Amino acid sequence: MSRIFRSNEALVAVTIVLLSLIIGFNNPTFFSVGNLFDLLRSSIVMGIFAMGVLIVIVSGGIDVSFTAIGVFALYSTTRIMKEFMPDASIWIGFMIAATIGLGLGMINAFFIARFKLPTLIVTLGTLSMFHGFLLFAIGNQIIRDVPPAMDAFARSALVRIPLERGVANLHPAILITLTVTIVVWLLLRYTMLGRGIYALGGAREAAERAGFNIPRIQYFIYGFVGLLSGIAGMTFGSMARQANPQDIVGTELNVIAAVVLGGAQLTGGRGTVIGTVLGVMLVVIANNSLVLVGVPTVWQRVVIGLIILVGTGLPAIQAKRASKHSARLAQA
Amino acid sequence: MADEIIRLTGIHKSFAGVRALQDVSLTLERGKIHCLVGENGCGKSTLIKIIAGVYQRDSGSVQINGKEYEQLHPIDSIREGIQVIYQDFSLFPNLTVAENIALNEQLAEGRRFVNWKHVRHVAEDAIAQIEVQMPLDARVEDMSVANKQLIAIAKAMRQNAQLIIMDEPTSALTEREIRVLFTVIHKLQQRGIAFLFVSHKLNEVLEISEAIIVMRNGRVVSTGLANEYNTTRLVYEMTGQSIAEKSYEFTPDLSQPALLRVENLTVPGALYNVSFEMRRGEIVGVTGLLGSGRTELALALFGMLPITAGQIEIDETPVKIRSVQDAIAHGIGYVPEDRLTEGLFLEQSIGRNVVVRTIDKLRGAFGLTDPARVKQQVDEWVTSLRIKTSDPDLPVKTLSGGNQQRVVVAKWLASNPRLMILNGPTMGVDIGSKNEIHELIKRLAGEGMGLLVISDDIPELLQTCNRILLMRNGSIVQEILPGETNENELAAKLIED
Repeated sequence: MSRIFRSNEALVAVTIVLLSLIIGFNNPTFFSVGNLFDLLRSSIVMGIFAMGVLIVIVSGGIDVSFTAIGVFALYSTTRIMKEFMPDASIWIGFMIAATIGLGLGMINAFFIARFKLPTLIVTLGTLSMFHGFLLFAIGNQIIRDVPPAMDAFARSALVRIPLERGVANLHPAILITLTVTIVVWLLLRYTMLGRGIYALGGAREAAERAGFNIPRIQYFIYGFVGLLSGIAGMTFGSMARQANPQDIVGTELNVIAAVVLGGAQLTGGRGTVIGTVLGVMLVVIANNSLVLVGVPTVWQRVVIGLIILVGTGLPAIQAKRASKHSARLAQA
Repeated sequence: MADEIIRLTGIHKSFAGVRALQDVSLTLERGKIHCLVGENGCGKSTLIKIIAGVYQRDSGSVQINGKEYEQLHPIDSIREGIQVIYQDFSLFPNLTVAENIALNEQLAEGRRFVNWKHVRHVAEDAIAQIEVQMPLDARVEDMSVANKQLIAIAKAMRQNAQLIIMDEPTSALTEREIRVLFTVIHKLQQRGIAFLFVSHKLNEVLEISEAIIVMRNGRVVSTGLANEYNTTRLVYEMTGQSIAEKSYEFTPDLSQPALLRVENLTVPGALYNVSFEMRRGEIVGVTGLLGSGRTELALALFGMLPITAGQIEIDETPVKIRSVQDAIAHGIGYVPEDRLTEGLFLEQSIGRNVVVRTIDKLRGAFGLTDPARVKQQVDEWVTSLRIKTSDPDLPVKTLSGGNQQRVVVAKWLASNPRLMILNGPTMGVDIGSKNEIHELIKRLAGEGMGLLVISDDIPELLQTCNRILLMRNGSIVQEILPGETNENELAAKLIED
């Protein structure tokens, strides 16, 4: 039991409950269905991105280019749909975006696996490159007049609950996030590829000796993250009913912070899907609901920063204590 | 011959023109424990990598289980049942014990999905095979070095190991853990598994091995049954010269005040009523099992553990040591156990590492360091401690273990300590460097410094110290004079409960 409570996931869960109670106590609207649906809606895109980032971090790498891939895929797909297939369904759109994302992710993978370059350097470079190329060669104007399929998707609802004033809608894109989450969980937990990702993040040399094909795993990781980013970007645009080439880029650190808060370690080898889900929830609540208790928007960033420092600091201190404790036991 | 696993004949191997192996021939037999000894750089690692299929030989023949291999790839070697356990054990710290044991096997079977029940089953079976207890759900990073090694052996056994090659298997183990390891090895040996140890801990080599292979400068210089060798002969074969270590003679000058007097020193949970005295020029050994308080004593004297009761006197004056700064101010230096993580900045140059403690004293105009003075001091230490390097500007990590140890010593000597505490001063260094470090310790003592040597290397204690303090459960239980004991007696006292 005590082991469960000491786990990072439990710590984040407790923080979420506490934060919710504090906010809800001061402003009961927090516990309304409308607000709950709003929070879920805000988690959709970050949730998809976070699953990609989790995989990269577990493998011992870091990817900061995923936002550029997302917006690149969104904008290009919107233009392709508008010009060549205005009547195509939203699923075609998602498939195009995923393919574009996969292609861009493979560029990351190529530099990382082939030339063994540090992942941060490569993805910092491609972040700039992908975004720059988008603005220069594909377009820099906001597309507001999106294809009808995207428009219809934006207006659809999975659950509709009538309220005193208006209606509370739960957007069906939450199903995309849910599916991605389950797929990533199965991948990491039940496939040799997933275990290879943990092995790579834990001890690269040992993973090589065990017979894992490291370049192939890296191609998968960065390709898959690209694919998820494409889907996430498309989801973002389809919900916002516009394709703005300046959107999404700049939110990398928020997503990485959510994943790290959820217990993934930047040194690799550690991180869970459950933890990441909780991390995303915490960041989304802090982002969306602090305003309900009168924390000004500008202060929200400070609060999130504090949560990250405390959230990652506490487990570190606990780990230190635990290791001292076990060292004593070992000597006794 | 049916009981041969490996027969190497006339193996040559060069790297960029440098000869690593010359005309190496040897055979390894089923159910036998072999030991490969030799100094660092003698070609041991290259030889292992050729057997493992990691390196390809330039010429010569390799026969495994009677089959001639033109080209030997790692996968062939593994299929023939050859398992190499490297010093880092090739384990994944972030995964559980069970998964670590089963992972390689699952991968080799070409599985795409993980069946966790199967993983557990494999791990239970493997642990049962070597007849030890192990928490299967714990993460490997929480296991002791000894357990990690057993996990690596269990993993090798699941892959139908016929020959297990172990690189420095005992270097980080305590006496008791070595016993457990040896028991496991003997059990597996009875089932026909062969072992090849690569080691430089000579006493343990002689104790467990049946066949000895000695290498020097890329050649096999001597092979034979273990009972034909003793430590002296092994040292001679390894180095090509006789190294005669004389024990350290010391006559206390009682007219001088005691350099250090410790009375009833107590650190709760670690040390209880520790009292002893030492004089200038003395080399006092402190020994005991891991957890006996030997390291804690060093840490307490160096201000790294809070002292709750007792008194420390230096030159008959009571002093308070509450921090590392206090200890340094009173002229105490400490060379830690794990010099790599605690003692050195590996990426930095040899010179910078030497002067890091005294950099404040080397300031010139405007409070900036004076490069000429720094260089002068660095050169002085490099010469006087005979640190073997072409250039003190090279990073410390380019040096051999023994030379790295000398850099740590130089770092402390630069601040002119009166008392040096050396924790495991020759752990992980080869026999030649070990001898030189012993000479250095004796020379420093001869110049009037007091040295406290913490070690569980029994020959080392007997050869370098003029007195040995035996610790158990946080107290000094006996004071031993090297002249009045021998290796076996001291070893027995060490593990006695």
